[in-house]
Amino acid sequence: MGIQVNHLVKSFGATRVVNDVTFTVNPGELVALLGPSGGGKSTILRIIAGLESSDQGEVWLDNERVDHLHTRDRRIGFVFQHYALFRHMTVADNIAFGLDVRGVPKEKQRKRVGDLLDLMGLSGLDGRLPAQLSGGQRQRVALARALAPEPRLLLLDEPFGAVDAKVREELRRWLRNLHDEFHTTSIFVTHDQEEAFAVSDRVLILNKGRVEQDAAPLDVLDHPATEFVARFVGEVNVLDAVDKDGAVFAGPLSVPVTATGAGKLHVVVRAYDLKFWHAEDGQGIATARRVVPLGDRVRVDAEIDGGVPIFAQFPRRSSLLRGVEPGARLGIEVTHARAWPAP
Amino acid sequence: MAESRRVRPETPLQRAIAVGVLLYLGAVLVVPLLALAWTAARQAGKVVEGLSQPDAMHALRMSAILAVIAVVVNGTVGVVGGLVLARQRFFGRRVLDSLVDLPMALSPVMIGLAFIALVGRGGWLAPMLDAAGVSVLFNFPGLVVGTVFVTIPFTVREIVLVLDELGDSEEQAAATLGATPWQTFWRVTMPNLRGALEIGVTLTLARSLGEFGAVLVLGGAISQKTQTATTFIHAAMEERQQPAAYGMALILAAISIALLAFLRSRRRAHGQES
Repeated sequence: MGIQVNHLVKSFGATRVVNDVTFTVNPGELVALLGPSGGGKSTILRIIAGLESSDQGEVWLDNERVDHLHTRDRRIGFVFQHYALFRHMTVADNIAFGLDVRGVPKEKQRKRVGDLLDLMGLSGLDGRLPAQLSGGQRQRVALARALAPEPRLLLLDEPFGAVDAKVREELRRWLRNLHDEFHTTSIFVTHDQEEAFAVSDRVLILNKGRVEQDAAPLDVLDHPATEFVARFVGEVNVLDAVDKDGAVFAGPLSVPVTATGAGKLHVVVRAYDLKFWHAEDGQGIATARRVVPLGDRVRVDAEIDGGVPIFAQFPRRSSLLRGVEPGARLGIEVTHARAWPAP
Repeated sequence: MAESRRVRPETPLQRAIAVGVLLYLGAVLVVPLLALAWTAARQAGKVVEGLSQPDAMHALRMSAILAVIAVVVNGTVGVVGGLVLARQRFFGRRVLDSLVDLPMALSPVMIGLAFIALVGRGGWLAPMLDAAGVSVLFNFPGLVVGTVFVTIPFTVREIVLVLDELGDSEEQAAATLGATPWQTFWRVTMPNLRGALEIGVTLTLARSLGEFGAVLVLGGAISQKTQTATTFIHAAMEERQQPAAYGMALILAAISIALLAFLRSRRRAHGQES
């Protein structure tokens, strides 16, 4: 049970929010649509569900073109950002709704609802109203409700956006486990890269209505297809650099990228692809400005001579941090970087 | 709705203002009603006698029937119209949205006159009504038209307010779960509108029972025919039948206070739900 999206285009007024988007999701896959807000992710999801119509393009579900089908006939499960639970119905009635409107016998409904309550860790809450639940519980009810009619595709729109960080972590793990058990083909939208990498098999990075990269999480990290992806994923420094006869320099800093032949470059360096160390008197090419503890890691903000800011992260007890304190002179080595021609 | 923070008046000036407001509202709102009740009670025998006359009974029944018709018509129109106004985007929607409030802004006497111009002798609709043999003016249909018109806004307003607040995400969720528009309306939208409908109906009831100008102009207040409770009071005063007038006024006041109390309890329940 797969899905195929071909050359999808959608404009709101003069703004083209989805611009020729094409992708495939294989049966049983869990794919993340990742990108900054306003990148067109949610609109794509809503077009697939039939909640929004496309201007151009095709949506195929299991080799059936569904563009002309009404939402209710697409057999898609949708989990809304703010749950959209039926506020006057109990948890059990919410979950049973999709079965009830399709005329599933009451006995079968009860069985399915009971199974889902158990599965979702919601046992004993069946008689509650949505207002009497915590955010995490509501999210699970929304998920159970979407799964109850056994949809052929599950769509989740920023599913964990409205819960706090700790619950989010738990729900992520929990969505991944659920998927490993049921293998419902799923697409979820998020602006949180950690979430996309933690949960999905594959990540589609969207920017300004276009797919920038479609790859496994590790490939997105190690082989960003475009400068946008390199900048968007992970914590990065972006430096202006020049290519001088095959050696690339950002100010006094040497950058290990193969020469591109282009004169001016944007160099993208991840925070963990850098080494800082305390330089001996009169040496070094930068000055440390701030040392920020981040739990298990430490972030060091520095300024390369000439005024360009740069930052790096180190394990808390890294020996490299010895003598690194505000005002200290630093030596810097870039261990890994990527370069794109500057426009 | 969060409970707003209230403070006890602290300075002498604040206290004086609080006492002043209390006295003013008491004098304006409560004292007249007390006077009404007192006057009626003092001549209870005559009041009962006056009210048990057939014309009084008829007027009261007429008001009740009109109120029920207004509730049924405007309840239905309110829900359907509210859905159209809140959920659909069409040319002229904003104009329609403002027009709904017109009956509140216009004087009922004016409204009555406008309808006379429409259905009275020489009016645009007069030939059609004559042909159909329907007599609107100074007749039951005239009362219905006047009462329904002045009570249009109440239900629509409440429904639109609640629909705007709800948004349409529950309806979208219902569609993804396979519900037809009909199922969505009855199972998802309608239950969420219950509170708004209750409030709208209560306001409609109160307003239609109290309507005077439009039913006077359109109905003519013909005793035992088109006289309503309010026009009965007016006629009784003119005919120096004060006890009957006081009695009828007291009945209307009691009903209104009961409706207000109900309204308050509904608003509270409604507020706690969301």
